[in-house]
Amino acid sequence: MKRRLPWVLFALSLVVMAAGLLLGEYKTVLEKAITVCLDCIGIG
Amino acid sequence: MGPKPKASVPRKPRDRRHWYQAAFALGLNAWIPSWLKGEIFQGGIKGVCVPALNCYSCPSAMGACPIGAMQTFFGGLRFNLSIAEKKFGLYVAGFLAAVGSAVGRMPCGWVCPFGYIQELFYKIPTPKLRLPHVMTYFRYLVLAAMVVALPLLIVDEFGYGQTWFCKWICPAGTLEAGIPLVLLKTDLRPLVGFMYYWKLGLLALFAGWFVFSQRPFCRTVCPLGAFWGLFNKGSLFRMAVDDEKCTLCDKCFKDCPVEIKIYEKANSPDCVRCLRCVSSCKFGAISYEFLGKKEVSPDLRVKTPAQSRRSAA
Repeated sequence: MKRRLPWVLFALSLVVMAAGLLLGEYKTVLEKAITVCLDCIGIG
Repeated sequence: MGPKPKASVPRKPRDRRHWYQAAFALGLNAWIPSWLKGEIFQGGIKGVCVPALNCYSCPSAMGACPIGAMQTFFGGLRFNLSIAEKKFGLYVAGFLAAVGSAVGRMPCGWVCPFGYIQELFYKIPTPKLRLPHVMTYFRYLVLAAMVVALPLLIVDEFGYGQTWFCKWICPAGTLEAGIPLVLLKTDLRPLVGFMYYWKLGLLALFAGWFVFSQRPFCRTVCPLGAFWGLFNKGSLFRMAVDDEKCTLCDKCFKDCPVEIKIYEKANSPDCVRCLRCVSSCKFGAISYEFLGKKEVSPDLRVKTPAQSRRSAA
């Protein structure tokens, strides 16, 4: 019974990830990732 | 008179992990042409999160840092602004939880280029310092405050939150992106100011610390490791210690890159699952289990009588 928990958690995580993808969050991440992040490099 | 028989010297199991670490460091930052152009890689696959603290502003980075991406979502989540996107970061949160629930903190030990850099620095021969365990709790504060609370709660003049961890702390960003981009892009140089020198100083401090202590950033500051560590106890991949075989010799503790006594807490949130303890245990007391398959050190597997006779000869 106890060993079912990781599987449930894993499946739930995939569902959450898929929901994010369906909401177009991939594009948001991509837009951030292909722009030089001035905060990250200490200039922002 | 026959040849003198060779003395039987127990061989240390080969640790191939550094090859994986090097391969992942190169693989996650494989777009080398960007270094020549002084630009960052802008391919469509860059929205894919990588299981490591690897700055997406590194010129050759192929994917997105999940910690940077998560802060972006939290910083942009504004219900009082009609133009703000109402996106919660489900994609990134789901990705982080999926990796965590599958293997826990294992990517820290095998994939993360910044973890690899720390291990390389630690090889420099100097007197070494152990970290007090209490310092390891600081990473939870960094996760809660710098990645979640401050980006959500503190807004700038435009009404948006900032990427606090990236901006004020992340030495991986300084090393992988800050230094190379300022060197490669001359138009960025006039913008260098206090923040840049702050981050450069912080990186220098960390680099010095890497030489004396084992993985100090991973253990005391890294919010990604803090998050995945929470899954160690309940992930599909699990470590196990056989109390009947364990002699408490502490060989595993001496070899552990994060200085934990695995026989006290097999799935500690500090464990990066490098599996060095599995191969260093002479008694086969430490094992790991994944998807129903249990493994101990390769040279400690049960031998057939013929193999035993050959190794004894």
